[in-house]
Amino acid sequence: MSKNKKIKSGVIVACIIIFVSVAVWYLIHTNIPVLEPKGTIGLKERNLLLFALALSAVVVIPVFFMLFSFVWRYRESKPKGKYSPEFDHSRPIEALWWLIPSILIAILSVVTWNSSHTLDPYQPIASKTPQMTIQVVAMDWKWLFIYPKQQIASVNYVFMPINTPVDFEITSDSVMNSFWIPQLGGQIYAMPGMFSQLHLMATSQGNFSGSSANISGRGFAGMTFVAHAASEQSFLNWVKNVVKTPDHLTLSAYARLNRPSENNPVAYYSKPANNLFVGIISRYMSLNSTASGNNSHSYNSAPTTEMMQ
Amino acid sequence: MIEFANLLGKLSFNQLPQDPVTAGGAATVVGGVLAVAVALTYFRRWKWLWKEWLTSLDPKRIGVMYIVVAVVMLVRAGVDALMMRAQQATSVGSSHGFLSSNHFQQIFSAHGTIMIFFVAMGLMFGLINLVMPMQIGSRDVAFPFLNSIAFWLFFSGVVLVNLSLVIGSFSAAGWLAYPPLSELRYSPGVGVDYWIWSLEVAGIGSLLSGINFLTTIITMRCKGMSLMKMPMFVWSVMGAMTLVVFAFPILTVTLTLLYLDRTFGMHFFTAGGGGNMMMYVNLIWAWGHPEVYILILPAFGVFSEVVATLSRKRLFGYTSMVWAIWAIVLLSFTVWLHHFFTMGAGADVNGFFGITTMIIAVPTGVKIFNWLFTMYRGRILLATPMWWFIGFIVLFTIGGVAGVLLAIPPVDFQLHNSLFLVAHFHTMIVSGVLFGYFAAVTYWYPKFTGFRLNERLGGYAFWCWLIGFILAFVPLYILGLMGATRRLDHYSASTGWWPLFIVAGIGAGIIAIGLATQILQVIVSIVQRKANQDNTGDPWNGRTLEWSTPSPAPFYNFAITPEVDSRDPFWAMKQARKKNEKHEPLVYQAINLPKNSAIGIYIGIFSFLIGFGAVWHILWLCIVGLIGAVSSLLVRSYTKDTERHISATELKELDHKARTNPKEGYA
Amino acid sequence: MSMTAIVRTDDSKPLLGFWIYIMTDCVLFASLFATYAVLYQNTNGGPDGYQLFNLKSVLAETLVLLTSSFTCGLAMLAAHRGDRRQTILWFVITFLLGVTFLTLEATEFRHFVQMGDSWRRSGFLSAFFTLVGTHGLHITVGLSWMLIMLFEVIHKGLGRITIRRLTMLSMFWHFLDIIWIFIFTIVYLRGAIAP
Repeated sequence: MSKNKKIKSGVIVACIIIFVSVAVWYLIHTNIPVLEPKGTIGLKERNLLLFALALSAVVVIPVFFMLFSFVWRYRESKPKGKYSPEFDHSRPIEALWWLIPSILIAILSVVTWNSSHTLDPYQPIASKTPQMTIQVVAMDWKWLFIYPKQQIASVNYVFMPINTPVDFEITSDSVMNSFWIPQLGGQIYAMPGMFSQLHLMATSQGNFSGSSANISGRGFAGMTFVAHAASEQSFLNWVKNVVKTPDHLTLSAYARLNRPSENNPVAYYSKPANNLFVGIISRYMSLNSTASGNNSHSYNSAPTTEMMQ
Repeated sequence: MIEFANLLGKLSFNQLPQDPVTAGGAATVVGGVLAVAVALTYFRRWKWLWKEWLTSLDPKRIGVMYIVVAVVMLVRAGVDALMMRAQQATSVGSSHGFLSSNHFQQIFSAHGTIMIFFVAMGLMFGLINLVMPMQIGSRDVAFPFLNSIAFWLFFSGVVLVNLSLVIGSFSAAGWLAYPPLSELRYSPGVGVDYWIWSLEVAGIGSLLSGINFLTTIITMRCKGMSLMKMPMFVWSVMGAMTLVVFAFPILTVTLTLLYLDRTFGMHFFTAGGGGNMMMYVNLIWAWGHPEVYILILPAFGVFSEVVATLSRKRLFGYTSMVWAIWAIVLLSFTVWLHHFFTMGAGADVNGFFGITTMIIAVPTGVKIFNWLFTMYRGRILLATPMWWFIGFIVLFTIGGVAGVLLAIPPVDFQLHNSLFLVAHFHTMIVSGVLFGYFAAVTYWYPKFTGFRLNERLGGYAFWCWLIGFILAFVPLYILGLMGATRRLDHYSASTGWWPLFIVAGIGAGIIAIGLATQILQVIVSIVQRKANQDNTGDPWNGRTLEWSTPSPAPFYNFAITPEVDSRDPFWAMKQARKKNEKHEPLVYQAINLPKNSAIGIYIGIFSFLIGFGAVWHILWLCIVGLIGAVSSLLVRSYTKDTERHISATELKELDHKARTNPKEGYA
Repeated sequence: MSMTAIVRTDDSKPLLGFWIYIMTDCVLFASLFATYAVLYQNTNGGPDGYQLFNLKSVLAETLVLLTSSFTCGLAMLAAHRGDRRQTILWFVITFLLGVTFLTLEATEFRHFVQMGDSWRRSGFLSAFFTLVGTHGLHITVGLSWMLIMLFEVIHKGLGRITIRRLTMLSMFWHFLDIIWIFIFTIVYLRGAIAP
């Protein structure tokens, strides 16, 4: 009986060890973008995550320890400790666990407040290199990237020079989507009639996958794109090539592109129509022009005048 | 709009399922209903069903009906989950799985909707009906007829959701149907309307239940039970029902506005036309976050009862527990924005809601420590309910840490809408809500059936659930960190996600085995009911009033209305008995209890007609439903003979019988 | 009517339950007011409140409804005195005032729709029609209930249960009056201020 039991638990333990080691081996050899960021924002977000995780351990470890030791010690079949059925409150002890979590949460709150501001996606990234603007439009079911300064556009492919802060200006010409490149940093919603912003900066070369994180209908799963980061020089070469593309992104070309399509291949355009991005937003704009909206930098605000030019 | 004038609205034969997978779903629903009907006819149980159950106003009977429906729905939504896992385990690279993207999207929308509204809510209302009146020493709820209406509205919602498998289709816009995707322009079918109306009808039922139970707790406690002497489960129900009363009207409004958009061309949430989709997201979460606590507070209450009883100790930190509940109730209305930090509300707003979210961790943590200290210096009986509790603490703590991470806006930017998020809320809801209600069902089962559940199978089920859960959801945490978003019906092979999806699929399979074991457990326990019979009425050495009655609890609950003077009244009573304190002579008094009424069912049917008519734009059906429902209410209002009188001598005889031979007492 | 008084009487449960119901209805209206507050500037090129509202007729509606609350109070006083004829009389007057209010509101709505400013025109108008319309729907329910209660009083007199039901009806009616004051202030008066 007891020998059987020993064999049984031995087998279980062996299975667990094998399973866990295979899992660990697999995870070590797999790319986990959020934990292995290749951009400044992603790095800070990852560090924040690890910090909060460590702080939580202060509570979690005692909880697990207490749970298992109490269950073991006071189990009815083989109880060890004292039995005090009337022991039902203790001011100092209870005060302790109102207090300790409160202190931890207070620390985390300060971190939360500060990081919400420093890592605000609308906040430009401080850098010596001047920032570059890329306009992003979520469509059914693909991403359009417009480079207003370079006068080019691409579909499901975005090229960004490394160590250059990029200001993604994001909207949608369909339903709500969410623009996310996990290896570079957090996401933000793309919404029709609205304009949201995300500042990211790649610090090393590579192809990073991006996607929509918010369900948007039939072709949603295929709304993936590649964010390619490389040196400034190769970016300029790429732009030079794309500019030569005979396909101009005129309004009628845009209308054709705007038809729903799934798993859209990568495409390039030159000469995007003037004010295309602002035009897409204003198609859904609903405020009365005479009414004074609240023009905070946050959502719901009209495009800035700078963009209108 | 125009279809409203048509006799059949938008309804036509094309709406019947066309492809094999959906036809399979439809066949299962129709076949299941037919099988039940045939079985009832064969065993000649229709009259019994009608008289003993469907028309009953006894909260214990209504409670059991809630739980039965919820378990059936758990199986249905569980099958949805298996299909999702199977699709994601097979739809990689050049293979596209066995579901179309639209069908896949319908499945996860239905899974979420059903699990929250018809499984978790059903189990919760069922348990409250069963346990709460007995714990406060009452024979009934404040409004027994309203209770019946609420159940039948809930059931109508269930029927509407499942009918979408047979006629038309379900929403493919996710369980919360964010516009503009859920607007007519992007979701032109009836799916979203099915979603709206099943929730609208069931939601009004929940609201009625909230009013009913709140009134019950405030006005019907037995003599001597001051607020601070209420069992913790009752406190938690009071907190949850307060949330229901404040949150559910918001849901009603939100769903109505979406329907007005879709049907009458209004512009609440449309893209363009003056609509504001962000308002929908705010409104739905202003209901949605409290909803999470509506589900989990009663489960917390269950754990408080289970831990104290099975540790043979008084609950530790009662006062702290009460304050923690009300802190959670209050705070739960101040955190809704954390569901959409990524909407770009600005750093101040995000920071504020991030902090309020974390603050909720404090009262929740206090509750966990109090439970742990209830075990400290106790004598812990490691029975199934206790196992569920241990599993809950382990998983809930892990899920809580994930929650704290998600509460930091910049971290949330990286994890939002990823599978990490999915894993987080499943950890919280499965361990917090589902494990809590499983513990509750095992714990109180003997009180309502007269026999205990098979312990061995209960243990197997627990281990399947725990191991299955870890295998199914730990990969999802990792997948989230790997950049996998939720709701993908297909992904590329280069992502490297595939092995993890396979593991998750295996985990889901093990959970399914766990669920099957539980169903087997109930069957085996029924077969072996003689051996598992509970003759004492107090199988766990309980502490609260419900255990002072015989098992199964008689329809009148207490022959003599109890009087209490302490927190664990039955425990105190037993201690006093041991000390041989004098027994007071039993004085029986005549009582009135509500008679059966079928009107609740009629109102349920008429509400279903309203919902069905609204989905398919059949105006006359809506009118018929409305007139029918109102007339039913009027008929009930002017029915005089609604109560059954039981004289003192009758009651004395019944009580005597129930105490000597429990089975016969349950007339 | 204090809480303790309610809890002690035999009717405590229904009355408390009805109070809680009214609270849920408050939340319902609060959500609609919030919706209106978010959308009232979203006129989508259509008219705003300043161009649309006719304060005179709204003032008439308000006076009619306030008076009906007063007569409803008189009816309840009569009911508690056990004076069946007075009760019926005042409830009939309340009913007629309610119908007048609804007619005025319907006229206003029809006028807007005929001018092409229906609920389809803009987010603002959707919110306007829904908020004010929901109140109107409540008034309609209240009137139907009043009609039923009139029959009950005529046929059964003023028994305990009838008094209790009348009490709930009057609570409902006063509640709707309060909601209307909010609508009058937030929708109409605010709308009348030039943007």
